[in-house]
Amino acid sequence: MQPTHSSRRILLPVKGWFILLTLFVALFLNLLPLGRVTGVPDWVALVLAFWCVREPRKAGMATAFVLGVVADVADASLMGQHALAYVLLAFAATSLSRRILWFPLGQQALHILPLLLGAQVVMLLVRMMGGAEFPGILYLLAPVIATVLWHPLTYLLLIPQYRPVDRDENRPI
Amino acid sequence: MSVVGHTPPPFFKRGVAPLARLAIFVSLSLFLLIVDLRFRTLDMLRATIATVIYPLQQLAYRPVEFAGGAGKYFSSLATLQSENAELRDRQLATANRLLRQENLELENRRLRELLDMRDRQPTQGQVADVLYAARDPFSRRIIIDKGMQNDISAGQVVVDDVGVVGQITRVFPLISEVTLLTDKNQAIPVQVQRNGLRAVLAGAGSGRMELRFLAANAEVEPGDILVTSGLDGVYLPGLPVAKVDKIDRDAAYTFARILCEPIAGVERNGQVLVLAPRNMPAAQPDEQISNDKPGRGRKVKRGQAVNGH
Repeated sequence: MQPTHSSRRILLPVKGWFILLTLFVALFLNLLPLGRVTGVPDWVALVLAFWCVREPRKAGMATAFVLGVVADVADASLMGQHALAYVLLAFAATSLSRRILWFPLGQQALHILPLLLGAQVVMLLVRMMGGAEFPGILYLLAPVIATVLWHPLTYLLLIPQYRPVDRDENRPI
Repeated sequence: MSVVGHTPPPFFKRGVAPLARLAIFVSLSLFLLIVDLRFRTLDMLRATIATVIYPLQQLAYRPVEFAGGAGKYFSSLATLQSENAELRDRQLATANRLLRQENLELENRRLRELLDMRDRQPTQGQVADVLYAARDPFSRRIIIDKGMQNDISAGQVVVDDVGVVGQITRVFPLISEVTLLTDKNQAIPVQVQRNGLRAVLAGAGSGRMELRFLAANAEVEPGDILVTSGLDGVYLPGLPVAKVDKIDRDAAYTFARILCEPIAGVERNGQVLVLAPRNMPAAQPDEQISNDKPGRGRKVKRGQAVNGH
């Protein structure tokens, strides 16, 4: 795997437990009781989209569904609301994965924006059909902020894969 | 590829096609949605998952609690002193009433017995801490730190020191979820304290409430206090709920548009009191007994509202 398909650098393979760990941390960040602050990105959606784009064979719709159900319970929202949005997000991200990875990171983020925005709109539609109140247009701000985080997040989540193949005894990492 | 650990993509064993997989998971999600929205029978599943993620939730709660504690610690001595003085003043001012209350309760009971009326039920309550507001931006809910283990059950009324805050809607083993009065799907039967006019108050979003189904010429004025009517058998009668804020009487519509402000600190509480469930009066019309979800049976309440004027 390369950082982007146009790069010449080949990274270490990703570890399965690391994907699980990052998703777990994202869930933890989502559980932080910040109340009704607008614009807080949906960390689970962002990290899920990342792994679906990077490793479409390791993270996919099944992961998305399970995470979605857990997010539904954690958010005290309608059962299946996050599950539906995440499954659609995972489908779009995995099928666009080969295309997205050819672009530099900034343009990758531009590909991610409509996916995250779409997931948010799906949740909005589901809840409005269920008769809930409209949370305000700022509800759609969260995916935009999440998109800005795509660039730093890529480096953060790829750190373990950037390590050299051969361990050097004289180097700490 | 020479790098160790990279496996070539499988050419023949590709598993279920992506579109088919999408269809499976989307229909599963839709199934969950419909079951939860229409039949509300997923409580066991929800409680199980909630218990599993409870430790993680508690862990996530710690840093926020710590930040809040630090903020409190650094709040200046002056504010504390002035608050203390104010509280002492208030205590003195209310002492008079507190001292007389016992006397008044006795007198009230005697008078009620005299009038052959049903005893007003003595209620116990449990004080609960509000842990946090639920993250769901579509509804107004808070999570409190008492659950099944403290004998909390769905439908119980939650109040603070001045009025009704909301109703318990979901109970988990260790925490439970309170739907606030300002939630759009939460209705409460009330009456105007001044003239006893009965109506249904429902949340209108953005921290306000709306008095529904009252005729355009209904006798309500801005500043009227609304208290619970107790007709539902869930809320005790006479608890303060809201204050009428603005009335929009447009002759083009059948009903007046009456906006109200909650009296209790519905969206800014730190501690609340969960009242013990009220025992239903013995004789009830059939349609109210069949109404198994208290606070949600809109049909029954609409009937009451119509009877009210």
